[in-house]
Amino acid sequence: MTVRIVVLAKQVPDPETPPSQFKIDESTNSVIPANGVPPVVNGFDLNAVEAALRLRDSGADVEITVLSVGSDFVMDAMKKPLAMGADRLVLVDDAGLDKLDASATVKVLAAVIEKDGPFDLILGGRQASDWDQGHVALGLAEVLGLPLVSLVQKLEMDGASVSLQRVIPDGYQMITAPVPSILTITNELGEPRYPNLRGIMQASRKKPEILSLGDIGLTSDDLAPRLELKRLYVPESNRQVELIKGEDEADSGKKLALRLREEKLI
Amino acid sequence: MTSVLLVAEIDDQGAISQTTLQAVTAANGLTSAEITAVVAGEATEPVTSLAVGKIVTISAIDDADIGVYDQATTDIAALVSSTKPDIVVFGKSDFGSIVGARLAFRSDSAFASDCIEISNADGTVKITRPVYGGSALAEFEISSTPAIVTLRAGAYEPDGETGSPAVEAFASNERASRTVSVTDTVSEARDGVRLEDANFVVSGGRGLGGPEPFSVLADLAQALDGAVGASRAACDAGWIDHSHQVGLTGKSVSPDVYIAIGISGASQHMAGCSSSRAIVAINKDADSNIFKEARFGVVGDWEKVLPSFLATVRELKA
Ligand SMILES: Cc1cc2nc3c(=O)[nH]c(=O)nc-3n(C[C@H](O)[C@H](O)[C@H](O)COP(=O)(O)OP(=O)(O)OC[C@H]3O[C@@H](n4cnc5c(N)ncnc54)[C@H](O)[C@@H]3O)c2cc1C
Ligand SMILES: Nc1ncnc2c1ncn2[C@@H]1O[C@H](COP(=O)(O)O)[C@@H](O)[C@H]1O
Repeated sequence: MTVRIVVLAKQVPDPETPPSQFKIDESTNSVIPANGVPPVVNGFDLNAVEAALRLRDSGADVEITVLSVGSDFVMDAMKKPLAMGADRLVLVDDAGLDKLDASATVKVLAAVIEKDGPFDLILGGRQASDWDQGHVALGLAEVLGLPLVSLVQKLEMDGASVSLQRVIPDGYQMITAPVPSILTITNELGEPRYPNLRGIMQASRKKPEILSLGDIGLTSDDLAPRLELKRLYVPESNRQVELIKGEDEADSGKKLALRLREEKLI
Repeated sequence: MTSVLLVAEIDDQGAISQTTLQAVTAANGLTSAEITAVVAGEATEPVTSLAVGKIVTISAIDDADIGVYDQATTDIAALVSSTKPDIVVFGKSDFGSIVGARLAFRSDSAFASDCIEISNADGTVKITRPVYGGSALAEFEISSTPAIVTLRAGAYEPDGETGSPAVEAFASNERASRTVSVTDTVSEARDGVRLEDANFVVSGGRGLGGPEPFSVLADLAQALDGAVGASRAACDAGWIDHSHQVGLTGKSVSPDVYIAIGISGASQHMAGCSSSRAIVAINKDADSNIFKEARFGVVGDWEKVLPSFLATVRELKA
């Protein structure tokens, strides 16, 4: 029996963009794409792809669909999960879909999942590195009425259920969840694999399945935001560092300790 | 008048959590009416000194619910639909992040998480939250009710006020369907002070080059009665357990002194330590971002700087 997995993956600006190149257009409240730094698939979403691939490695017969909602997709970035080994790429690509808030994103994802499903597992990332929220997968679980486990660092298929490790502040929990469930995956799972040459070749031949809002029975009127963005800006930092310089590095270390004592910090 | 419901959380020691005490300050700033606090979980000490008008207790959180919060969400959702607050405030924590989000989607309302500022102007709730890993700040307005928010640790100070609220119990008749079961909890052994509570934190990053140097950091932490933290890069490399990670997706700390060694100071790391009283950086790259965030710094190789720093600290402490 094939286990159908859908991985929710968002295209985001590369979070490794150097701070000096991170700029905002305050007239449109949006990030100005840094020159020569292409967008990427959100890091935690690649961890989720990796989680699905590990289920396949362990012998399960899995079909992995990657689903993304946005606009101005950069195919080189979005095909990375295919190159890693995912089977299908479904893109809901329409104007303004890169600016949705969590509630609207959930509506779109739910509509596609209802049309393209049923899926046995829905995997999302822990949070998207643009708005740093971690709402979408949790909201989707509420809207679809499915069981939810967040912050999964390990997952194994166990017949009709999944055994999970869930990260908590000082360790982890062992959890059993039924199938179908929604899980969010965190980086503790381990690094996403690098695509190999064969994967890259296969991905280049695969065509993404592209849907418009109309194809899933929605209009932009259905997607009004719950949170209204009023201002987006880079905060000014006025911290001034006091560099401690000794005769050599060892002396600097000593002087640093003395300076901290002088300030009554230690 | 704006009605505010504060969702109070009991920490693993059985006391009202620090983030809850901070949230009381924020909640009291949103309305001139008295606020109601719902206490989720079993406290080992009386919670009746909280500076709120009324306390509602629910006893939803048993071990099987921790981390999943099916029953807690069900109970708090029932309370929200019967009392119809305009604003629901949580401290940001595992609990607040999960229950807040689920509650918002269940009641089809707005959710803003990890806010550093919240205000209320004639029924329009305004919040500010860091985005893009902390590289930017975003201001949002919410005009639908209830507005559900979580507040970042350290964003507000507990104001030290106490109250003598009336206490009543709330029981929802609804049982959550428990399809997910927690079978076991595995906790890292910890020696010394909790990272979140430490007055002194020494953190290491990728620049340490391997796991061994963390023992020197542990010596320094011990000399100053502090705790050891780390960047995500050091944790991901397997040099130290992830429970030591400081940052946006790790722990939030606000010690008197935060020493960052071999850490570049990415915004996602700083998100977890920027409310420290003083940040001290040891990094060999003078252009590293950490020097834009630090109050004191040494540009140099930690292998040469740290031993004399530790020795001097020990002398001063002797
Ligand atoms: C959504 C998201 C969430 C994240 N959450 C977190 C988080 O919670 N916490 C976190 O830490 N990161 C987080 N990150 C990762 C973050 O963006 C950085 O990648 C990470 O913090 C870098 O770790 P680092 O500073 O140790 O490594 P690097 O950036 O590689 O820096 C290493 C530093 O060590 C210095 N160095 C090297 N050798 C020496 C030496 N011998 N002596 C002195 N200095 C030396 C170098 O000059 C350099 O500055 C997150 C990223 C994303 C996208
Ligand atoms: N536009 C999107 N398309 C596909 N998946 C998304 C989208 N937005 C969010 N997600 C998924 O939901 C997770 C949490 O996102 P967020 O709530 O925005 O932090 C991400 O890691 C993705 O797995």
